Amino acid sequence: MTDTEKVIEIQVLRYRPEQETEPVLQSFKVPFTDDMSVLQGLQYIKDYLDGTVSFRWSCRMAICGSCGMMIDGKPKLSCKTFLREYYPAGLRIEALAHMPIERDLIVDAGDFITKLESIKPYIIPKEPRTLEQGEYLQTPQQRDMYEQFSSCINCMLCYAACPQYGLDKTFTGPGVLALMHRYNADSRDGASAERMDLGYAHEGFWGCTAVGYCSVVCPKGVDPANAINQNKMNSAINYFTRFVTPKGGTK
Amino acid sequence: MSKRRPYVRSMDGWWKRDAYFVKYMAREVTAVFVAAYAVVLLVGLVRLAQGQAAYEGWLAALKSPLSLVFHLVLLATFVYHTWSWFNIMPKTMPIMFVGGKRVQPGMITGAGLAAAVVACLAVLLIVRGVAS
Amino acid sequence: MKRSNEPIFWSLFGAGGMLAALIGPALVLITGIAVPLGILFPADTMSYAHMLAFAQSWIGKILLLAVIALFMWHAAHRIAILLHDFGVHAVTVVKVVCYGLAFAGTVIAAWTLLGL
Repeated sequence: MTDTEKVIEIQVLRYRPEQETEPVLQSFKVPFTDDMSVLQGLQYIKDYLDGTVSFRWSCRMAICGSCGMMIDGKPKLSCKTFLREYYPAGLRIEALAHMPIERDLIVDAGDFITKLESIKPYIIPKEPRTLEQGEYLQTPQQRDMYEQFSSCINCMLCYAACPQYGLDKTFTGPGVLALMHRYNADSRDGASAERMDLGYAHEGFWGCTAVGYCSVVCPKGVDPANAINQNKMNSAINYFTRFVTPKGGTK
Repeated sequence: MSKRRPYVRSMDGWWKRDAYFVKYMAREVTAVFVAAYAVVLLVGLVRLAQGQAAYEGWLAALKSPLSLVFHLVLLATFVYHTWSWFNIMPKTMPIMFVGGKRVQPGMITGAGLAAAVVACLAVLLIVRGVAS
Repeated sequence: MKRSNEPIFWSLFGAGGMLAALIGPALVLITGIAVPLGILFPADTMSYAHMLAFAQSWIGKILLLAVIALFMWHAAHRIAILLHDFGVHAVTVVKVVCYGLAFAGTVIAAWTLLGL
């Protein structure tokens, strides 16, 4: 540590359910170097200033999806955001928007997890296959249909960016719907009809109003807005043709 | 007993929270102006059916300074509608390939805006051609 | 899960939005600015005789109905969402009013055009 003379003010939204009825901001002065992430700033606070500050983190390299928080009002991964970007003005850190605050920067992710499980986020093969039949073959173009949507790390930044989820918790939300599309669009998968039962509902794709901010904040370039909205056209065509086509859609 | 007491934050005024949301709301608000223009046309149509005097009253109203200013505002919001419509367009399109290469979002927006310019010019020229 | 009826309204919204995006600016410029000011177009472009003949032709009827009705359905859908966005959560009431007005506008336009 050679260059520690710079000090930045970090405001952290605290919420300790046993002592506060609503969240309050607490200010910390944190010495930092240019290579320090916001997460490292929080770790400094926890190690040296106030051990009770609670937050989730794990990998420090933008792949575990644990450390999402509102940094100056924007949903970001704190490990992928640097303190130097906020110097000298300082920064404000809050728990991810649109989700209940469990404690300090930790949100209750229960709703997201329930929704994630409900769409069966795994490949359900079209037909059983024996080992002798070998691997599933896929052309590069077939892979391109879903690959970007498969980069999701479940960090929930898109949920904090989605006002429709904030306004109506019955909406399945960007990340989970993007994953639904990811499996539906995979040529090896055969469970699209089953998943689209939710997709066709108001709680599915139709709850989206194409704000598009989910795709802006996604740290992995998943583009949930595209995954969701490209389904609206298909859903509408299926809606109008389901009675005339032989295998028309679900129910 | 559980000590959990999850705190739910209010959504009041959420659209002021982020410049991105303000832009989204601006896009959605254009609908009010689209509705207003449809009503202007509908009134004109009804007046047309009521006879020459009624229709010419509607035409005269269009010439008032207030109406002209209003239509300048309408024009601005319609142009914004066109711009924002084709900006969100790539999000609504399935992944497409041309010659084995993925079609980029900018190309979809660009093609849409170009189509709008061509369509608007076509309407202007056709109306001018038919009227002269 | 209950299948949403949204495709009906979304399709009308999309058709109206596309029509408005493609030719809306030109229409506003013609009917609201250029013709009233007497610029760019002949003075009698929107005269009673011209517009009556236009509205009596089948192509004219279809174009007028398409523009008026689809613009209204487009706007109704977005305004319903806008009200929801602003925190009006009486979803059914909002939808009945917005789509009801668009429907009324469509019926009035169609009825008037058929009577010409």
